[in-house]
Amino acid sequence: MSHKKFSVINTPVHNIDGIAKVTGRATYTFDVKLPGMLYGKILRSPHPHAKIINIDTTRAMELPGVHAVVTGKDTLGIKQGIWRRYEELCDEQILPLEKVRYIGEPVAAVAAVTEEIAEAALDLIDVEYEVLPAVYEPLEAIKKDAPTIHEGVERNINVTRHIEWGDVDEGFEQADYIREDWFKCSGQHHMCMETRAAVSNFTPEGKLTVWTSTQSAYYHQALLAGVFGLREGDVRILAPYVGGGFGGKFEIDSAQFCSGILSMKLHKPVKIVLTREEDFIASKRRTPMFYYVRTGMKKDGTFVARESRMFSNGGAYTGMGATALYLSGFFHSFPYKWQSYPYDGYRVYTNTMPSTSMRGFGAPQAMFCSEQQIDWMCADLGLDPFEVRRKNGHTEGYEVPGQAFIASCGLEQCINEIEKWVKSKGKLPANRGIGISSCGFMSGGIFNWFDSPYSFSSAVITINVDGTVELHVGCQDIGQGSNTTMAIIAAETLGVKVEDIRVHSGDTAHCPADLGAWGSRQTLMAGNAVKMACEDAKKQLLEFAYAEMGINIVYDLDIKDRWVHIVARPERGMKYEDLVKKALRAKDGQRIMGRGYYTPHRKGMISPAYSYMMQAVDAEIDPETGKIKIHEVMTAHDCGQPINPLGLIGQLEGAASMALGYAYLEDMPFEDGKMMNPNLVDYKVIRAPEMPKTDIIEIDTYEPEGPYGAKEAGEGLTNPTAAALGNAVFNALGIQMKELPITPERVRKALAEKKEAQK
Amino acid sequence: MKKQVLTFRVNGDEYEILIHPKTLLADAIREHVGLTGTKRGCDTVSCGACTVMVNGMSVKSCSVLAIQCEGMDITTVEGLEENGKLSPIQRAFLDNGSYQCGFCTPGMLMSSTAFLNEMGDKKPSEEEIRESIEGNICRCTGYNSIVRAIDAVAQGKYKEE
Repeated sequence: MSHKKFSVINTPVHNIDGIAKVTGRATYTFDVKLPGMLYGKILRSPHPHAKIINIDTTRAMELPGVHAVVTGKDTLGIKQGIWRRYEELCDEQILPLEKVRYIGEPVAAVAAVTEEIAEAALDLIDVEYEVLPAVYEPLEAIKKDAPTIHEGVERNINVTRHIEWGDVDEGFEQADYIREDWFKCSGQHHMCMETRAAVSNFTPEGKLTVWTSTQSAYYHQALLAGVFGLREGDVRILAPYVGGGFGGKFEIDSAQFCSGILSMKLHKPVKIVLTREEDFIASKRRTPMFYYVRTGMKKDGTFVARESRMFSNGGAYTGMGATALYLSGFFHSFPYKWQSYPYDGYRVYTNTMPSTSMRGFGAPQAMFCSEQQIDWMCADLGLDPFEVRRKNGHTEGYEVPGQAFIASCGLEQCINEIEKWVKSKGKLPANRGIGISSCGFMSGGIFNWFDSPYSFSSAVITINVDGTVELHVGCQDIGQGSNTTMAIIAAETLGVKVEDIRVHSGDTAHCPADLGAWGSRQTLMAGNAVKMACEDAKKQLLEFAYAEMGINIVYDLDIKDRWVHIVARPERGMKYEDLVKKALRAKDGQRIMGRGYYTPHRKGMISPAYSYMMQAVDAEIDPETGKIKIHEVMTAHDCGQPINPLGLIGQLEGAASMALGYAYLEDMPFEDGKMMNPNLVDYKVIRAPEMPKTDIIEIDTYEPEGPYGAKEAGEGLTNPTAAALGNAVFNALGIQMKELPITPERVRKALAEKKEAQK
Repeated sequence: MKKQVLTFRVNGDEYEILIHPKTLLADAIREHVGLTGTKRGCDTVSCGACTVMVNGMSVKSCSVLAIQCEGMDITTVEGLEENGKLSPIQRAFLDNGSYQCGFCTPGMLMSSTAFLNEMGDKKPSEEEIRESIEGNICRCTGYNSIVRAIDAVAQGKYKEE
């Protein structure tokens, strides 16, 4: 197959910013220091729900070293949100004017000559609150007599989402077996190693520059311009190295907003870095979800009907949570051909920190419910869970009714590979089980609630006289390696080497707009833009090559490994760098430039392409203590054509660690609206000794919409793990885990209930 | 409390800085010496992003006062390379893709370097390698690529000719 003949793609290359990262040269927003810079601190609400009666900043202002104290009154009072097209979903004033809605919400901010003075000044701000009744759980908040969190929002229902196809009543009538379950999926914190941070510098020209740890420089340019009443072009966002994102860094955060307001007031640079505790209590989190799932199956395992209702704990504001509501419902149907599927999602406001997108975007929760229930039904009916998944699974050419078209799909091969692997393990010792889960994920969203007037992705390349290439992209590298991916695609397309490409990203003043790093969109969307830009430039170069080499126009010319040649006779050609020099002269000195863009069209409701996978988790559970030991995670994965093999393994292993954390370790318990473990002693993440072996089997498919056949890789791998661990526990001990995370307490409780039921 | 003079060596260079006695070593390195490779990711000595070597031992630099390091030798990530030549563990990190966002990487490298130095020619088990970086959180990689890199160095794959 022609798509296999690559010089650069799918060969092991070092990450292009690797040397910067292993030598300490990589500087993050956390490291930015400007002359005359002040330090900011934020005063946060101790109440989950309270009216702000008065804020007196007099005493704080008197503290030597304090330059400014700002409150909501210093802002334009604009209610903002990332769902810009929908005014009612723009519901958050960072530094609110009237009331606070969660513990940790900013109420005032200070800029001072040192962080210590700014911190001390916080104690001198006098805030008078009128405490209001609060509500923390969605199923409480939708009750008639629950406190109103946002005026005019009935029953605190923030957004609803309905997805439906097929006739569900008819479907259930055909079912031989119907089962219904309730599930409770917890939140999870992004816990980026670099906490949210910003350095804002507003200068007397009326222009604002913000260094910030972001997943989308363009979103922040547009959003900050909006809340500060500036023109987008007068706001420059610089995203230097970014210390992780995972879905938590593309809405305006308090570091960005407060440093911006302070800098605009003072005309001085102001830096704010959230402490780990602030980052935990007052950023955002994976959306906690309650799922009701009713599923109908025929005796032979055919899926005929599924009906789901989901209530999510939206916390105090909308943010990206509205997207998670839709995607959770959509991926809850994945990766199967349901004859009928109605989903109703309700995102409910509560007096807790807002919830939002996080790696997997609602799908890990959806799969936890779906994939476990399928296994339980298989057990109830005596069916083989691999066979049932194969029977109902998506295949190439399938259309999810009214939602999506599946152009490439390696699900069946994934199931076959994992089945082989599980069977090769033979009989397992007592208290040990292997659980499986399959799923799929998107390669970028095609919805435009942000109302971006720009193409979803853009790229510009310029070729220097010596053949080196400047590649300008708007996509954002947050550690996932997108700069390297783009360099690989550029090098492959243009016919040069990765070291010939310098990638410029994370600067709105020099890079084209791009929606940024979310929803697994960059490899496909930015990758297509880069490919198009390089093809544009290459075409121009080859025009000169035809003239220069004086060859018959029916011959095809190409460039590979810096060699311009006739495809049929590769030995006949010229050096790429010589061609570039000549082309420059021929163009009156103008450099060769190529432009590319990508905006999805006619690709359904969700995404242009879908990846597929099946994962198996091998776990041992101590029935006395309930403690879980993970032995191994095995994944079969269809991401189309892999681009960067080293990066792909890194994504797989990283996703497994984050998803295992979600499955059995990470939890965010709240009491009266207060997060009880906002530090890294009590918030447990996977550490090196607990991390199991995580191997991968790559399934070979080709996605026609993706650059060189590539699609999503990395985010979707967060989806199957919690479900697979749940199924491992079920297979080992016969207990059904309906609540996340699967803690020792919950295992012990389920075992006790099982014992009780057997009496 | 009055500020005090601290004299110590960082990556072989002698520094004399005037600090508040409560200044943490991490802040002395970042703010006073001006080397920002050393990061901070928590306030509870939990994440290991600030790990440096003090007289060859790996230490979380947010857990000691700078003033306690009077006369001592500090090595930070910037001190691992020699005149642009990367150390074995740095090269192994590149080859194994043992970093993603890179924020934990300096601390990870310092824990690994101290561990490998301590091992000398002894080949550590996988369990020992994992324990050597237990104090360092990485949110991106899932650690296994880091374990492979440390193992590769321990197995002598990056020995100088």
